[in-house]
Amino acid sequence: MSSLDVSSVNPAPAPRFARLFVVTGTSGRYPPLLTAVLLLPLLLLLFFSFLYPVGRMLVGSLFDPGFTLDNYLRMFNEPLYLKVLLRTLWIAFATTVGAFVLGYPVAFAMARAGSRLTLLIAACVLIPLWTSVLVRSYAWIVLLQRKGVLNDILVGTGIVEQPLKLIYTEGAVIVAMTHVMLPFMVLPIYAALRTIPKELPQAAANLGAGTFTTFARIILPLSLPGVFAGALMTFILALGFYVTPALLGGPQTLMMATLIGQQTTIMLDWPFAGALATVLLVVTLVLTFMFRRVLATSRGFANV
Amino acid sequence: MSETIALSQTRPSRPHVLGKLAAGAVIGLILFFLILPTLIVIPISFNSAPYIEFPPSGLTLKWYSEFFSDPDWMAAMLFSLRIAFFTTISATIIGTLAAIALVRGDLPGKSLVLGLALSPLIVPHIIMAIALYLFFAPLRLTGNFFGFLLAHTMLTIPYVVIAVSASLQRFDPVLEMAALNCGANRGRAFFEIVLPHITPGVVTGAVFAFVSSFDEATVAFFISGIEGKTITRKLFEDIDFNLTPVIAVVSTIIVAISIILMGAIRLAQNRTST
Repeated sequence: MSSLDVSSVNPAPAPRFARLFVVTGTSGRYPPLLTAVLLLPLLLLLFFSFLYPVGRMLVGSLFDPGFTLDNYLRMFNEPLYLKVLLRTLWIAFATTVGAFVLGYPVAFAMARAGSRLTLLIAACVLIPLWTSVLVRSYAWIVLLQRKGVLNDILVGTGIVEQPLKLIYTEGAVIVAMTHVMLPFMVLPIYAALRTIPKELPQAAANLGAGTFTTFARIILPLSLPGVFAGALMTFILALGFYVTPALLGGPQTLMMATLIGQQTTIMLDWPFAGALATVLLVVTLVLTFMFRRVLATSRGFANV
Repeated sequence: MSETIALSQTRPSRPHVLGKLAAGAVIGLILFFLILPTLIVIPISFNSAPYIEFPPSGLTLKWYSEFFSDPDWMAAMLFSLRIAFFTTISATIIGTLAAIALVRGDLPGKSLVLGLALSPLIVPHIIMAIALYLFFAPLRLTGNFFGFLLAHTMLTIPYVVIAVSASLQRFDPVLEMAALNCGANRGRAFFEIVLPHITPGVVTGAVFAFVSSFDEATVAFFISGIEGKTITRKLFEDIDFNLTPVIAVVSTIIVAISIILMGAIRLAQNRTST
């Protein structure tokens, strides 16, 4: 009797199991259930390390214990916090402009140079990218502090008499952040420049265009997708950047990320920190979603 | 032959030599700006003076021996290495499975999962840091190895997914179907056919995961505890309060580890692609 049970039950699940798990079909695609099983560890991980903690933070910023928007209104009602918000936008914008101005020539040279020179330029772009942001911020402190390298040179050569206050200023934050973001600008622009067929600038020149005209009317417009991708990437990353402003900025240069950190560890105002973080997250996600096509073309960060 | 190359390089309308020199100088200066902060920590770590001085007045290994004999630094270093090692293993396994499913699988909502998996590249780390801190602190999980493993696996998985997906896109699924037709089961087909073909992508992803876990500072700053402290957290504190040349030593070591690993991967990639 029992043996009959087994034989009658067994054949039925086997084909179903096979259909869901094993059969690949003619295109070599994996069936949905197998796909889901392979994705399960990732989904569990993302839930516990990302979705659940962020969701909790969001709820914590909205309920006290009843529903309230106070934490969000505070951000816009108190001039100090509004100033931080505007300063964050300004510093991110200045960083993006700085990275573009310095990054475009580098990407251009990298695309035009011979293979050996390209390798050298690529090394100069990638090595800082691979250097911990913490180390780079420390290096900027060494360079910019009161008795730092730059002040030594300035005083030593007699350009200035007293050491300048360079560190803990907005300028220091912008310079150091521009340095951190430069590779994110250079790589997508380089990728865009490299796809321009060599014949195009030659054809323009044959038709009588000068170097400048060729650049302004052929090369620059064709590289714009790379510029947009790099600029967007830089702006988004700069908005939420923590390490560099925390180490190189002073109380006068508080940004969104450093304000969130301060509210969490010093003020212990967790609901307000959660509200600030939620606003930053929403801004980031809206920008990313609005420009997802532009970002997808960049793939600059695949090079990290 | 050499004439045609020269012609195509200078282009018909020859830019002035002076302009070219100026452009070269500008680019040289920008490259100097790029590379200087990485290089400057090296001479400072060997400088004999106890304060920051450039150029160094004398050479010493004093700060290196101070670093290696300091129990706090050693504990932080070992904690970071342990986290990076196990993060690499979990991120590589979970990320590789996910990449296979995302590239080859049929499932509604796949692109949403991909977007979510890649989001740590875009979402500011401070948000993850605060969210995890608020989650861990009441549970007394700050400074905890498993807390770090969870956080760093999530942060580094995008690199594995991107690298393995790129490898998979170059892999012909017909090979796997052939193995299945010849009687191999899924597991065997994976280990004997798929995995050997995507190994370069898996290794690249693993190295990226290791380096980014070891270098990660923002989340580590918030979820470290008094006991469990990563090297980046200790570095962060010391830069803020106790600026000694030992920091330059730590920086040099961190930079050396990252650049050697990433450079090796880059060279290996160039070799296989050409």
